Amino acid sequence: MKKLLITILALLPLMVSAAGPSVALDKANNDLSDKESLKRGFESYLNYCLGCHQLQYQRYNRTFADLGIDEKEGVEKWMPTGEKPGDHITNTMPAKEAAAWFGTAPPDLTLEARFRSPDYIYTYLRTFYEDSDRPFGVNNKVFKDVGMPHVLQDLQGVRTMDDHGVLSSATGGSMTAEEYDMFVRDLVNFLEYVGEPNKLEREALGYWVIGFLLILFILSYLLKKEYWRDVH
Amino acid sequence: MFANFMAWIDKRLPVTDCWNKHLAQYPAPKNFNFWYFFGSLAMLVLVNQILTGIWLTMNYEPSGEGAFASIEYIMRDVDYGWLLRYMHSTGASAFFVVVYMHMFRGMMYGSYQKPRELLWIFGMLIFLVLMAEAFMGYLLPWGNMSYWGAQVIISLFGAIPVIGEELTIWIKGDYVISGATLNRFFALHVVALPLVLVVLVFLHILALHEVGSNNPEGTDIKKKKGSVKPEELSKFKFHKHYTDKYDIVDAIPFHPYYSVKDIMGVVGFLILFCWVMFFAPEGGGYFIEAPNFEPANGLKTPEHIVPVWYFGPFFTILRVIPDKLLGMITMFAAIGALFALPWFDRGVVKALKFRSKAHFINLTQFAICFIALGILGTMPATDLANFIGRIATFGYFGFFVALWLYSKNEKTKPVPERVSG
Repeated sequence: MKKLLITILALLPLMVSAAGPSVALDKANNDLSDKESLKRGFESYLNYCLGCHQLQYQRYNRTFADLGIDEKEGVEKWMPTGEKPGDHITNTMPAKEAAAWFGTAPPDLTLEARFRSPDYIYTYLRTFYEDSDRPFGVNNKVFKDVGMPHVLQDLQGVRTMDDHGVLSSATGGSMTAEEYDMFVRDLVNFLEYVGEPNKLEREALGYWVIGFLLILFILSYLLKKEYWRDVH
Repeated sequence: MFANFMAWIDKRLPVTDCWNKHLAQYPAPKNFNFWYFFGSLAMLVLVNQILTGIWLTMNYEPSGEGAFASIEYIMRDVDYGWLLRYMHSTGASAFFVVVYMHMFRGMMYGSYQKPRELLWIFGMLIFLVLMAEAFMGYLLPWGNMSYWGAQVIISLFGAIPVIGEELTIWIKGDYVISGATLNRFFALHVVALPLVLVVLVFLHILALHEVGSNNPEGTDIKKKKGSVKPEELSKFKFHKHYTDKYDIVDAIPFHPYYSVKDIMGVVGFLILFCWVMFFAPEGGGYFIEAPNFEPANGLKTPEHIVPVWYFGPFFTILRVIPDKLLGMITMFAAIGALFALPWFDRGVVKALKFRSKAHFINLTQFAICFIALGILGTMPATDLANFIGRIATFGYFGFFVALWLYSKNEKTKPVPERVSG
């Protein structure tokens, strides 16, 4: 009976996982340790996203350091002129006007991958479809009636939705479907990195700490056993 | 040199005497099991929360404009700030895990029964203050779930007749939850409530050492003076505070026996704790909820507002009662019933293993109902969830009523005089 109670109590923290969005998400399968992918994602972000979406908690020089970009090269190649390397990655879009243009101000994306999950962003960026009822002529499968236009339409092309809610393959884009998936994957990878720049460091440190504790556990067990020899 | 120094101190402050009375010569039953780790673990987590809290405070900015950004500053720009923050956020959940285990231990072994009623009350006060502490701490990151969670809980007080609305404004310090609310919650979270907690923990331990520790068999290790044959007495040296009044059997000094054993417990606990902290600090979305990665926004409600998991059981009890005021009364009654547990239980046999089958079944159904309530509290309120929630609420309160009824004339097994093994 004691065992039963222990089992019940041990299960207490192991509850079912949190409820996600209703549309099935595609797996991003991005790899945070892939620096080249992160660099490509960073570059795409600066070219396609930063105009509207800031990364107001992330600094340029931190990003350079983590992605293996030389700071001097970074300042010349990757940064707008006039900003300092320690500045946050921001834009100059006026929030009030932006809200009027898009219906809502474009959100900051520093923590978007933690807020929505990388898989969500990966699916979201790939499931825009033609919808003439919307102001920008597009709608989105995971984020219904989103205010954002399909900024990457030149790359992906146009998808349409049939009566059963199934999306056609994209036509008219400059990238093949595989190239576009890869492009989005790099972007998602970068956003996951920005969401928590210390993630890899955290996990790497974790192995050392757990390893140390396992050894310490054995030692503490032996110490306890030694002390308790005279308890009968 | 050291002996002289200690002699000098002891003449002025009873340090050595205190050490002996409460640690090196404190008689603890020799048969503590797994469940007895959670008291010391709760102390460990309390210290963790206080220390990491102090360092977080150094870089946290308690204002509606700056709070969210300062958390990200801690996560990114402060050296090992991310580690401090995860230690604190994981520690909050760990605190409730160990405290719930600790409380259930008390329920299994009758550690609340006479003469430990006051000890239990102090423990319950700690639990109550801890819930307030956690609730206020959860507002501080100023994420959207922080905001709406606080909104839901504070609005409860609005259900109180006549003064309700005024009371919520008084609590918030504003008509809506705002920077003013954040500032007062910060003050209470980092100064007032931790002080109260530390004092209560001190009293909890003092009360424990006055009445002595219970054990899994519920036997008394303190026998009437002179009633035990000399060869039966515990062979260890105990403080005269205990031996002057009692004959001590089946006991060992807390230090070094339980201190080394607790070190083992601490390391075992830390393995699990660090595993969560380093590899799943969001705790699957339960320790840090995803909507909290978006700043507080009074105009945008998260899809499902659910409290953090540790409030789940009480939140469900609140939610399944259709009337708001009645729901709130029931929720507080659920905590009140725990306070009164020593008086609901009219039995004299403490440990589960010597009590009736009825008691075993009752306690088991209570545990199941409590866990069910906790799981339901993290889920959206559907009709089915509310239906199960009501049954579990009935089971929760039924435990106390049934206990009161059967414990008067309970068919118990004989309790041995001595610890059996």
